[in-house]
Amino acid sequence: MDLAYTEAEEEFRRRLREWLAGALPGLPPKPSPDDWPARRAYDTTWQRMLYDAGYAGLHWPVDAGGRGATPTQHLIYLEETERAGAPYVGANFVGLLHAGPTIAAEGTAGQRARWLPPVLRGDEVWCQGFSEPDAGSDLAALRTRAVRDGDAYVVSGAKIWTSHAEVADWCELLVRTDPDAPKHRGISWLAMPMDAPGVTVRPLRTLAGSTEFAEMFLDEVRVPVSCRVGAENDGWRVTMVTLSFERGTAFVGEVVACRRTLDALADEARRNGRWDDPVLRRRLGRLNAEFRALWRLTQWNVAESERTGGVPGTGGSVFKLRYSGARQELYEAAAEVLGADAFDVDREWVLDRLSSLSYTIAAGTSQIQRNIVAERILGLPKGR
Amino acid sequence: MDFQLSDDQRALRSGMRDLLDAVFDRDRMRAAVERGGTLDRSLWRELGAAGFFALRLPEEAGGVGLGLPEAVLLFEEAGRALLPGPLVATHLAAGLVEGAAEGEAVVTAVDGDLPVAHLAEADAVLVGAEVLAGEPLRAFAAAAEPVRSVDPLTPLHRVVAGRTAATEAYSGAFPYEGALLTAAEQLGSAARTTETAVQHAGDRQQFGSPIGSFQAVKHLCADMLARTEPARAAVYAAAVTGDPVEIAAAKLLADEAAVRNARDCLQIHGGMGFTWEADVHLHLKRAWLRAAARLTAAGAEELLAAGLGAARPRSGSSAGPGGGGPEAGAGG
Repeated sequence: MDLAYTEAEEEFRRRLREWLAGALPGLPPKPSPDDWPARRAYDTTWQRMLYDAGYAGLHWPVDAGGRGATPTQHLIYLEETERAGAPYVGANFVGLLHAGPTIAAEGTAGQRARWLPPVLRGDEVWCQGFSEPDAGSDLAALRTRAVRDGDAYVVSGAKIWTSHAEVADWCELLVRTDPDAPKHRGISWLAMPMDAPGVTVRPLRTLAGSTEFAEMFLDEVRVPVSCRVGAENDGWRVTMVTLSFERGTAFVGEVVACRRTLDALADEARRNGRWDDPVLRRRLGRLNAEFRALWRLTQWNVAESERTGGVPGTGGSVFKLRYSGARQELYEAAAEVLGADAFDVDREWVLDRLSSLSYTIAAGTSQIQRNIVAERILGLPKGR
Repeated sequence: MDFQLSDDQRALRSGMRDLLDAVFDRDRMRAAVERGGTLDRSLWRELGAAGFFALRLPEEAGGVGLGLPEAVLLFEEAGRALLPGPLVATHLAAGLVEGAAEGEAVVTAVDGDLPVAHLAEADAVLVGAEVLAGEPLRAFAAAAEPVRSVDPLTPLHRVVAGRTAATEAYSGAFPYEGALLTAAEQLGSAARTTETAVQHAGDRQQFGSPIGSFQAVKHLCADMLARTEPARAAVYAAAVTGDPVEIAAAKLLADEAAVRNARDCLQIHGGMGFTWEADVHLHLKRAWLRAAARLTAAGAEELLAAGLGAARPRSGSSAGPGGGGPEAGAGG
């Protein structure tokens, strides 16, 4: 059991830190959260800077254009970029963390050559067309249908919760290609060009007031058969590959950010006198235990994936379950530190409190995570 | 970074589990319950021979020369097995009290105003930095009053007030090590009640199905694992760093995991869980005692709060971002 990083890992950290110190002052000012074109430009500028410096696709395999970094190097990367206040992966999230790794693992040589380099360079942005109004947690119940017509699929249906849809070039789309097969067996994974005729995007406003995601309506959209990744009707398996990436390391940087927020809350409470309240002080102390443990659990999971050499496994569900709840607790405590200021949306942490409500829902609800933990880790029977 | 058990550590842990399976199986555990938790001296000596108490003494002093991470693994196994006795105090007394390292002596400790465990059987008592033995111990024990203990595996005595003042100050590495080893026992208990609950949920049939196929039961089990695994990461990391703030986190989370998991395990067992025959009450009662001992939730939370803020000193990158608090010289 060792928490010390190797000399090579520390060297990687030093060089990254140096580069970040030089690169970040050159970034344009942060755009408004509702200005999607500006957000896209900001996020892809950052991605291009990473590409030019050799940090793009750090954890992607080398033959997919990545750097083939070890899980520990990736952990250091996420830790250092967060610590330096670098931009989040943002609009490049789906391309870098979902669609890219899926195409790298399941795509043909031609598909990899077509789609992976533009993601790494920040030239193309992807969005995710998985969820539907009647297929959220029960993802396999999706109904968007794709009917073969010559060398194209004709796609009709509706998708929802599609982040970045307004500015995306491509959509990783799950469609039903065999309506008669059992629900997990008739699904295919398509890359759909967002500028195809028949695609309509309508932004949705969240309870936090922002247009964080959108509905997407598909009316006889023609998608070339060459855009299918994996075999026809094998999309569910391809999707499971994608989801294991989503739950693997997606939250590492956020745990680092939560720990910084907790320190800032303690400083603010000491400044405004609320620190004298032992109930609040102890609450912050308890959150310190929580986020320290989540950080240590992250290091444990990363070291484990390095030891076993596999993609991140179901252990991510334990982490996600605990983290999503802890994040909500953190911003409830923040509201208590803020006192009367907790009702001013322009005050720091107030929007975070609102957006934290999505964490126990997005990327698999806490109830679904508990089912995964109980069935796949603890081995309890499937059932009702 | 390789935050995983080494091969030697895995071997140590499985060796301890095998030993306890052989010398303290369920029949012997229930026999210990029937005799009111009094200690089996020959078992105590066997633990001594296996290096349980001398584990962290240097080899030149007759010890095994290992560190806190290894000690934590042994105490986790002890917690799993519900092994009774003042294990932490005797381990801490190795090298300080004659015979403790070998398991020849039973050493207990005074902890604040809590009743003292296994006082009648003790060859020595730690009171802060002081060791009571011989005549002073006999006088101390004679003035103590037996308590009808809530935990049938832990006989308790209420001791004279005034003796306890010396232990109030939580300073130096010693009490933190005790808190960490107690947390490790809690971790073992939390993991064991999770396994017991999952086993029962898979076996017990109601409405024509195993109760573990019902989400209400499934989710209780999932939450048990989601308490145990962060507590495990916290306990192991604290054993590596020896940092008091990290130990406070480990104790807080392990206490909560042990107590809450035992309660959920009881709930999953239904009426059977409420009987004396089920082992779950034994886990719950020990977990309550350990949670009150060597760093309470309130104390841990205050320590953790004091460790917050941008102005706090930062340790190196290996401790992670925001890692802070004073370094104890107790790292493994």
